[in-house]
Amino acid sequence: MRLLRIVPDDTKFDFMRFRRISFPMSAALSILAIVLYFTHGLNFGIDFQGGTLLEVQAKSGTADLQTMRTTLSALGLGEVQLQQFGGSADVLIRIAQQPGGETAQQAAVEKVRGALGADVDYRRIEVVGPRVSGELLYKGILGVFAAIAAILVYLWFRFEWQFALGAMIANVHDLVLTLGFMSVTQIDFDLTSIAALLTILGYSLNDTVVIYDRIREMLRRYKRLSMPDLLNVSINSTLSRSIITHVTVAMSLLALLLFGGPAIRSFTATMMFGVVLVGTYTSVFIASPILIYLGVGTGRTEHVETPAPATDTPAPPAKTSPPAAAKVRP
Amino acid sequence: MLYFSRWKAIAIVAIAVIICLCAVPNFFNPQTVARWPEWAQRHVVLGLDLQGGSHILLEVDANDVRQQKLDQVRDDVRRVLRDAKVGYTGLVIRGDTVEVRIREGSDFQTAYSKLRELSVPLGGLLGGTGQRSLNVTDAGNGLVRLTVTEAAMTERVRQVVEQTIPIIEKRVNELGLVEPTVQRQGIDRILVQVPGLGDPEALLRILGKTAKLEFRLVDVSNSPQDAVQQGRVPPDDDLLYETRGGQKYPVLVQKQVMVSGADLTDAQPGFDQRSGEPIVTFRFNTAGARRFAQVSQENVGRPFAIVLDGEVISAPVIREAILGGSGQISGSFTVESANELAILLRAGALPAKLTPIEQRVVGPGLGQDSIQKGKLASYAGAVLVVVFMFATYGLFGLFANIAVAINVAMIFGVLSLLNATLTLPGIAGIVLTVGIAVDSNVLIYERIREEVRGGRSAISAIDAGFSRALATILDSNITTFIAAAVLFVIGTGPVRGFAVTLGIGIATSLFTAFTLTRLIIASWVQWQRPKTVPI
Repeated sequence: MRLLRIVPDDTKFDFMRFRRISFPMSAALSILAIVLYFTHGLNFGIDFQGGTLLEVQAKSGTADLQTMRTTLSALGLGEVQLQQFGGSADVLIRIAQQPGGETAQQAAVEKVRGALGADVDYRRIEVVGPRVSGELLYKGILGVFAAIAAILVYLWFRFEWQFALGAMIANVHDLVLTLGFMSVTQIDFDLTSIAALLTILGYSLNDTVVIYDRIREMLRRYKRLSMPDLLNVSINSTLSRSIITHVTVAMSLLALLLFGGPAIRSFTATMMFGVVLVGTYTSVFIASPILIYLGVGTGRTEHVETPAPATDTPAPPAKTSPPAAAKVRP
Repeated sequence: MLYFSRWKAIAIVAIAVIICLCAVPNFFNPQTVARWPEWAQRHVVLGLDLQGGSHILLEVDANDVRQQKLDQVRDDVRRVLRDAKVGYTGLVIRGDTVEVRIREGSDFQTAYSKLRELSVPLGGLLGGTGQRSLNVTDAGNGLVRLTVTEAAMTERVRQVVEQTIPIIEKRVNELGLVEPTVQRQGIDRILVQVPGLGDPEALLRILGKTAKLEFRLVDVSNSPQDAVQQGRVPPDDDLLYETRGGQKYPVLVQKQVMVSGADLTDAQPGFDQRSGEPIVTFRFNTAGARRFAQVSQENVGRPFAIVLDGEVISAPVIREAILGGSGQISGSFTVESANELAILLRAGALPAKLTPIEQRVVGPGLGQDSIQKGKLASYAGAVLVVVFMFATYGLFGLFANIAVAINVAMIFGVLSLLNATLTLPGIAGIVLTVGIAVDSNVLIYERIREEVRGGRSAISAIDAGFSRALATILDSNITTFIAAAVLFVIGTGPVRGFAVTLGIGIATSLFTAFTLTRLIIASWVQWQRPKTVPI
C-alpha cells in the first residue's frame, strides 16, 4: 500500500531566511491586534460584564425577530440584543447589566418572561450579577498569567533560560494575535474563551517544545554547525510531524465546528485560529529563529563562525548543505 | 525499548482493561446500575449544561449581618448598663460603632470595665488568633465606643452561612428535586446546583426568601394614613404594608413580636373550609402555643398582623382566645404560593438575607440537543482522524487508531472512577484529546521514519524511534497539562469540565504512548520479525 506522505522525506526548506520577513510581520500584526483591542474592543459576554442571556425557541417553529425586538425594547431594559442562534426557531436574547445591583438582574428576567409569555420555550437563562462578573474576569486574567508563569518555570527547568524566554515571547505573540482575531470577528469573549486561550497556550507550546527538543538534541550532536543551519535542520526534520499533527487537530476542531452546535462555536473557532493557524506559524517562524537573537549556541560556534555574515545572506539550502542526519551520524 | 517481560505486559494490559471496564456502568440505564454493588456504580455525571438544571450562586447580605450584629451589641450595652444600674444617654449606632455616654463620672470605671467584658476572644475552641469581637475605647467625657472588629464580622458571616446551608438544603429537598447539591463557596457564598428541571423560578423564589415569620399586634390607636402622610411613625411601631388585590395598604404594627416562626413545629398547605381558598395551616411548639394563647386572650377583638419578611400577609381580628396551639394563615394565596410558604415555614427562617448573584439555567431540551451534537461531532472527528491516520501510516496507523480508541475508553473509565462531571466543553476536550493521543503516535512514527532514513535496520529503528520520541512526548504534554491544571483551578462549571477531560486525556494518552502502543508494536515485531518498517 502506498502511504500518504505530506512532507517529502528529505525536505530541506530554508526557514531561517524568512525570519527577516516573519519578525517584522509578526510585530506589525501584534501591534495591529493591540490597536484593534483598544479601538474595537472585545465582545464581552455576560460572564465578564454581567447581564442576562436567554436562549429561547419559538414554539411555532420560526421566531419572528422583528416582533420580539419591538416587544422587548418596549420593556425599558436598556440595550437588548437579539440574534438568531442555530436554527430558525432559536433566538439568543442579551440584556445589558441593569442598574440597581444584584436583584435588578433577576427582575429583568421576570419582565422578559412576562413579555414573551408562553410562545417560546426557555432553553437557557443565565444571569450574572455585577460582582460575579468582575471576579470572573479577574480570575480569568489571573489564570492566563498563572499558566504562562507556570509553563515558563517548567521550560526553564527543562531547557536553558533562552528557550524558556523564546517560548514565552512566542506565546504572548499567539495570545495577542488570537485576541486580535477575537476583536475583528467580535466573537463572544466569555469563560469558554479563557479556556480556548489556555488551550491555545498549551498546544502552541507543545509544538514549540517539540522543535526545541530537537534543537537541543542537534546542539549536542553537531558542534560545528552554524546556528541558522542547525535550526533549519531541526525544523525540517520535525516538519512532517508538525503538519500531520496539525491536520489531525484541525480535523477534530473542524468536526466540532461543523457539528458541535452554536454553544461551542466561538470556542472552536478561536481554537482553530489559535492552534492551527497561529500556533504552527509561531513555533516555526518565531519561536525557533528567536533563539539566534537570544544567543543560543553562540559560545559553541565561535571558532566556526568566521563566515558568519554569509549565513545571514539567504543562500540556497543545497549549497550550505545542512548535513542530513544520515551522513554525519556519529 | 521493545522488550517487555511477561509480567509487565500483563500488568499493562490489565491496567488498561480495568480502567476501560470502569466506563461500563455508563452504558446501562441508571435503574439497572443501582442494583449493582456500590463499588461498581461509579459513573460519569452529566453536567447541568447537558442534562438541564439550575446553578444558582447566593451571597449572604453582609449589610444585613452587620446590622444584626450592631443591633445585638446595642442591646447588650443596654442590658449591661441596666444590670449595673448605670445611668447613660445617647446610645446610638454610628457606622460600625455603638456609642454610649455614661452620665455620672463616678460610674464610669464600673461601666467601662463591664462594657469591656462584652468583648470576647474569637476563635472558639481553636482560639489562639488573639483577636477579639469588639474594640472598646474610652473617647473621653464619659463617651464609650464599641466597634465591631472585621474578624468578628467575618466570623459571623461564616456562622450565618453554616446555619443557612441546612435550611437551604431542606427547602430544596422539599421541592422534590433529584440530587440537589448545596455547598459553601468562599466565605459568604452558597452554591446550589439542581439537576433536572422543575420550575427554575420557583427555585429562585424559595431560595431568595428569608422567611422570617412574625405574629405582631396591630397598633389601632394611631392611624397608618397619618403615619404615611406625615412621615412620622410612633416609636414603638413599624410601618409595614399589606398587598391585597394588587393594592398596597399601610399597617402600623407594634415592634414587639408576640410569637415568631421559630416557634412553629409544622406548616402545611390546605384549603379554607368555608371559602375554599388556599391557606397555610401551622402548629406552634409548647412555648409558642402558650404565648400565643396568652396574647390572644388578652387582645380579643384587636387585629394582629402576620408578617413575613417585613410584609404583612394578613391582619385578621382575634375573635377568641386561640388555645389549641395551631392556626391558619390566609391571604391572597394561590395553591402554588401556599405550598411554597409551607415549605419555607417548615424549613425555617434564614439567619440573614440571601441575594442570588449568579444564575444559570439550562432547559432539558437544550441539554439533549447538546448531547446529540457532542456525539455527532465526536464521531465525525474520530472518523476523520482514523481515516487520515490509516492513510498516512497504514498498519502502524491502525495501531495508532487502536491506541486512540483505548484512550477514549480509558478517559471515560477515569471520569467514572472520579464520578466526574461531563460538560459540553468537556466533550470538546475529549475530541481534542484524540488529537493529542494521535500526536504521540505521530511523534514516534516520524522518529522511526527518520531513523530508517538514517540507515538503521527495521527493529533498531523502531527501538530508537521510541526511546527518542518518548522524551519529547513527555515534555510537550506537560505544558498542555499545566494549562489544563490552571484551568481547573480557576474555572467553574462547564469550563472546569473541559479542564478535567483535557487533563485526564493527557494522562491517559501518555500512558498509552509509553506502554500500550509500545506493547502492540513490540508484539508485532516479535511475531513478524520485519525486515523493513512499513511506514
